Amino acid sequence: MVLGDEVVPEAGWVAPELRRELAGLALRYLLVERGPGRSPKRVRERLAQLSDRFSGPQAINLRHRSIPHAYRVFFRHIGLDPDEQPTPVEALALERMRRGAFVSRNLLDDALTIATIESGVALQAFDADRVADRLGIRPSAPGEVLEGRPGELPPGTLVIADEKRPLALLFGPMAAGRGVERATSRMLIAAIQVAGVPDIAVEEAIWLCAQVLRS
Amino acid sequence: MAEQIAEDRERAGAAVALPAAPRDSARAARADLRRQIARLEAQLAELFASAFPRRGIEWRVGAAGGPRVLGIAELERVRDALAARLAEARAELARRHAEEERKRALLEEMIAFPERHPFARITAAEIGQPSCATWEVRPRWGPVGVLANWWRVKLSSGCPLASGRLPSRPYAH
Repeated sequence: MVLGDEVVPEAGWVAPELRRELAGLALRYLLVERGPGRSPKRVRERLAQLSDRFSGPQAINLRHRSIPHAYRVFFRHIGLDPDEQPTPVEALALERMRRGAFVSRNLLDDALTIATIESGVALQAFDADRVADRLGIRPSAPGEVLEGRPGELPPGTLVIADEKRPLALLFGPMAAGRGVERATSRMLIAAIQVAGVPDIAVEEAIWLCAQVLRS
Repeated sequence: MAEQIAEDRERAGAAVALPAAPRDSARAARADLRRQIARLEAQLAELFASAFPRRGIEWRVGAAGGPRVLGIAELERVRDALAARLAEARAELARRHAEEERKRALLEEMIAFPERHPFARITAAEIGQPSCATWEVRPRWGPVGVLANWWRVKLSSGCPLASGRLPSRPYAH
């Protein structure tokens, strides 16, 4: 959606029982009319500068910051241990510590890294041409499967879904063929908002990611 | 007569307290447990930051099989596990602080009176510092120092030289 010169992310749907139970849970997403591709030089430079600014003390104190803390709390609320399965921003911080820098992979991954580290907000990308209608979050129904994974999903598993099928586990793996690949020409950049994450942070994260993708 | 009393109550606007529906009270209980979990997570995060650079302290609590909406019993288990982990971490940190304090006192004694602690060795990690430094009491001039009881404290930085390939920089300085 475009409002003047600003690109406003769409609001995804959340199943009513989840809205009542997990207040603050929301999904916002934006369509970007391009595929991943190689990172241009200025994006790689930006990533290198981010590597220089983000060091050990920031990594140690990350879980104190309000937005990473909000995701850690939400992980516990939905049965995940954020020390076994790190939140998206902490996973990037750990990789930075292990590899010595944020390593450039491709334009999409670099854009997601920059936006996630700068904002703390959890971001994910889908192939827009493989998504039916609007995105949302809901519990899985009995008998549902996640494409590419064996067996059925336990009923009640939280998933990101379109109007037809689950596309990914919430904060988990994506269904086969629904993510962004080389041949993707349009992408949906989705932000998962939880209680304690301000709306403005979510909008900024999506805007930042889109800005890097369009650079 | 009873009807008259009920009618009077209604006219007076007396509020009749009804017991909470079971579903509402269960949801309230889950919300309260989630608040408790959030508080414990904040305390654990604070302890984690203050424990750095000490290693070997267990911070994991264990997953409860998510991602899904947890029931009251499961939320209680998460809360109890967080509280137990917090208590264990605090106890371990207190034990390490006491040990580090003892080592710091020993280090001061070594520096002041090295001859009382021949070949004693204390690392930076043992006194809670993040560096690789090591303090060691060594004799001056080798065997001569041993015989003459001349000792000194030698400080070594300890860190090996940086080696291996750094990640390639995308631009030249």
